[in-house]
Amino acid sequence: MTIHNLYIFDKFGCLLYYAEWNRLKSSGITREEEAKLMYGMLFSLKSFVSKISPLDTKKGFVCYKTNKYALHYLETPTGLKFVLNTDVNAQNVRDLLHQIYSKVYVEYVVKNPVVNLRDPIKSELFKVKLDGMIKQFPAVSKAS
Amino acid sequence: MVIYGVYIVSKSGGLIFNHDHNVPKIENEHTFSYPLDIKLVYENKKVVVSFGQREGIMVGHVLTAANGMPVTGKQLDDGRDVLEVIENSESYPLTLKFSRPRMTTNEKIFLASMFYPLFAIASQLSPEPKSSGIEVLEADTFKLHCFQTLTGVKFMVVAEPSQTGVDLLLKKIYELYADFALKNPFYSLEMPVRCELFDSNLQTLLEQIEKTGISNV
Repeated sequence: MTIHNLYIFDKFGCLLYYAEWNRLKSSGITREEEAKLMYGMLFSLKSFVSKISPLDTKKGFVCYKTNKYALHYLETPTGLKFVLNTDVNAQNVRDLLHQIYSKVYVEYVVKNPVVNLRDPIKSELFKVKLDGMIKQFPAVSKAS
Repeated sequence: MVIYGVYIVSKSGGLIFNHDHNVPKIENEHTFSYPLDIKLVYENKKVVVSFGQREGIMVGHVLTAANGMPVTGKQLDDGRDVLEVIENSESYPLTLKFSRPRMTTNEKIFLASMFYPLFAIASQLSPEPKSSGIEVLEADTFKLHCFQTLTGVKFMVVAEPSQTGVDLLLKKIYELYADFALKNPFYSLEMPVRCELFDSNLQTLLEQIEKTGISNV
């Protein structure tokens, strides 16, 4: 059970934060371009899912899996997007994304008075707390 | 145990077969009083909800009947314009029926070719080397299972999220495709599959699965 990397996008599609833990392959393009590609893919996936769905969707797109990894997606009502890549067998990743949002992002970014929410996150405290939360996640601690 | 639909996409990304198996009909009828509290627009020859949601009526749903009288385009069956009827305060209380629009063939072709780049980008953005494309796409209302053959043909099944063993079904559909489409002397590769035997066998397979489950096929 491994967690590969995390992207946080704001509602305009700007990359706010990127972190990686066990990434074994880079996509061969710059971080900036990769973020644009990722956002573009998610945007299309979202519209694809809402069109092909036989019933009315609420959360819409939740995750996809390939033979090597799984991408989990959480969008808050404010349009903030959390994307976490894990291995295929990881469980309860959605809860983890929720926790990252409510216990790390809200606590250490939203409640930080000097942060402009549209700027990329540079806070050291956020980074430390996020790292802590990822490493504490049962799927990760079991492996290590 | 519900399978909503089956799609086959050729190696160049075009839709060559689709089958709607069990698409639920979503209809909502509701009596409104004047003024109407949802906003309707006329687009693509349909009267569509553009703003406001209530009791199952959502943005994107199409108006299908007013006071029990079917609506085609924006015309009621007796020739009146339904938008005028809705504007007129004397026609209230008014019962309107809305339904979620079915996908048209054009939309299906559009969506099938849209899946192709998504599949490719997913493998490019992989954090692990040698990843395949999307195999399972999960949403809150359905799961899309995709199987790509060695020759690049993609089989997709849209099923209920709880449906298990869909990969077996995909292999089975591949078998049917090989037997009844590829071995048909009148079928040319990359072209839409129009083979009666394939259709009927697929139908039987899906019905059998619905009755007895995938593991018994």
